[in-house]
Amino acid sequence: MSNSLNLSYGKAIYEGIYQSMLNNPNVFIFGQGIDDYKGHYGTTLNLHKKFGKERAFDTPISEDSLTGIAIGSSLAGMRPIFVHQRMDFLMLCMNQLVNMASKICYLSNGIQNVPIVIRASIGRSWGQGAQHSQSLYSFFAHVPGLKVIAPTTPYDVKGGIIASINDNNPVIFVEHRMLYENKGLVPQKKYEISLSSARVTKKGSDLTLIGVSYTVVDCLRASEILKDKKIDVEVIDLICISNLDIKTIIKSAKKTKKIIIVDNDWLYCGLASEIATQVSEKLKFKIPIERMGYKFSPCPTTRNLEDNFYPSANVIAKKAYEMITNKKDWTPKKIINKEILEFKGPF
Amino acid sequence: MSKEKFNFVEAYYRYKKIRRTEERITEIYPTDKIKSPVHLSIGQESIAVGCSMASSKKDIIFSNYRGHAHFIAHGGDYKAFWSELYGKSNGLSSGKAGSMHLGDLNINFMFTSAIVASSIPNAVGYALAQKIKNLSNVVLCYHGDGAMDEGVFWESINFASLKQLPILFICENNEYAIYSHLKKRMYQANIIERVRSFGLKAKKIKNDTFTIFEETKKILKKIRMNSTPHFIEISTSRLKDHVGIKNSPNMKKNDSRLIEDKELLFLRSKVKDFKKIDKKIESEIDKAIRYAEKSKYPKQNEILSNVFSNL
Ligand SMILES: Cc1ncc(C[n+]2csc(CCOP(=O)(O)OP(=O)(O)O)c2C)c(N)n1
Ligand SMILES: [Mg+2]
Repeated sequence: MSNSLNLSYGKAIYEGIYQSMLNNPNVFIFGQGIDDYKGHYGTTLNLHKKFGKERAFDTPISEDSLTGIAIGSSLAGMRPIFVHQRMDFLMLCMNQLVNMASKICYLSNGIQNVPIVIRASIGRSWGQGAQHSQSLYSFFAHVPGLKVIAPTTPYDVKGGIIASINDNNPVIFVEHRMLYENKGLVPQKKYEISLSSARVTKKGSDLTLIGVSYTVVDCLRASEILKDKKIDVEVIDLICISNLDIKTIIKSAKKTKKIIIVDNDWLYCGLASEIATQVSEKLKFKIPIERMGYKFSPCPTTRNLEDNFYPSANVIAKKAYEMITNKKDWTPKKIINKEILEFKGPF
Repeated sequence: MSKEKFNFVEAYYRYKKIRRTEERITEIYPTDKIKSPVHLSIGQESIAVGCSMASSKKDIIFSNYRGHAHFIAHGGDYKAFWSELYGKSNGLSSGKAGSMHLGDLNINFMFTSAIVASSIPNAVGYALAQKIKNLSNVVLCYHGDGAMDEGVFWESINFASLKQLPILFICENNEYAIYSHLKKRMYQANIIERVRSFGLKAKKIKNDTFTIFEETKKILKKIRMNSTPHFIEISTSRLKDHVGIKNSPNMKKNDSRLIEDKELLFLRSKVKDFKKIDKKIESEIDKAIRYAEKSKYPKQNEILSNVFSNL
């Protein structure tokens, strides 16, 4: 790509926000510590210096009221971005998001709308434990009137944040801590991605792996491992959780006739179940569909349990091999993701 | 109580044990044997020591993710504490909780939460139960200044007042929530006045171990007699970073507190045989670390245990 830079996911988010703020004086951003020297993984670094304290500011630890305040300002024409260090803290915002933000358009007969962006990081890894690692996006996707997206690549995260800011609805924008350092080509210009399209990240013919956010990385690593067995899988990056791109999934399913959905969450009543249901409703014939996700417990802190709490590339590869060959004679070498090995906290 | 009668030996022991524990964690941390976040209490020890010495064994403790000092001062299982940090199966929660969620019901120390202010209403509920059951136990609820940003804090103290519950809120005001100073979060930082307006008895207490002990002792006696909610605020400094082992970037590099701790030196000056105590502490820490290092990690099937109650 011409006029593209090799940027990290974190820097790509920054670029998207910076360009949006430059372009539209109604865009403003706030959240705990966004003006500190770390600037939320660099995604908000020095925005307060560039745009002033009125448009980029630190807040009290008051998630519930600040969500309502974001909504109120949006009714007056502003486009707020509210940043959370962890997805878990959104649980304090539930009333405003579910009972207010998602309802205002409908109840006002479409006269009012709530163009807010709620950014939240999934904090997996390094002993974050039960209250600092949860995904919980399916809670929000359950509610009509809320959009939920979770980009994986630097390209999509920049186009995604810009599209979310420009969207006239409340958008829950899900980031993953283990992705901030991921690099990729990102156009310098301001651009949007669709908030209802998935992406085929890798083409293949033997089986379809569907990932979301960080599990896309695991799926891609699994596809590498499977090359040892001459197995060629397709990998789909879901990106959009609320407006599921079922067309792309069905197209792939018709080709490969086997699906594994690797969710970044618990399975029960979740996103993977939704995808599996829609696939079986839309396909004229029956195909095997497997779901993988978190163990059905709070996330344990100790590393030796934490590692097995999450679906990993080798476990995904093994499952794919078994589905394709109907044999259980292969256990791929265990790999621990390097960004997880290298991450040494403290947070 | 006169200062002469105060048990300085015990105060020094608790204070120094907390300090040395945090320092040993700081030394071990770079080896990556403790693979989880730690929120250290160095600089804030006097509050835990003073309050713990003033409280009675039956009182109930609610703390938070910055709970090492409270846990040690109130006498929580020390070896199981280290095992928990190491993620071992004989830790307080089989390693599944870690530093942010310490607890030990043998000393009525409730398992802590890492969601700011979220256990404050739980503490109020525990106090409500004491009142309904007609018990004389008091709930001690430690919290930070940042927790007072949350609406649930104010809703909780209103309820505690409304029902006249036996609870003492202990605000450890280190002026920071991560890197955000109080003045960036509160229009008026007159914490005591604001709390008083909800009908609680509230007092700012000078930060030295003896004064904290003496004042807390008096207040706890009042709470036990009359079942009235109280609130105390103590100004303090967290010398380490919000999380992890670096020095706090909020402190000036040449801050004298980083070099010597006057309170610790004062307590030491009141103890004849401080070297003996130091030795005892060091040996307790060594033993606990060795115990944690030798212990086993939990088995894989433990992931799914205790999601639901087996009681
Ligand atoms: C509901 C919620 N919001 C934000 C956070 C992130 N966070 C963790 S500790 C902390 C600061 C709390 O400050 P304070 O209550 O003063 O306690 P201190 O850390 O100073 O002891 C913040 C904002 C959180 N854990 N929970
Ligand atoms: Mg504080």
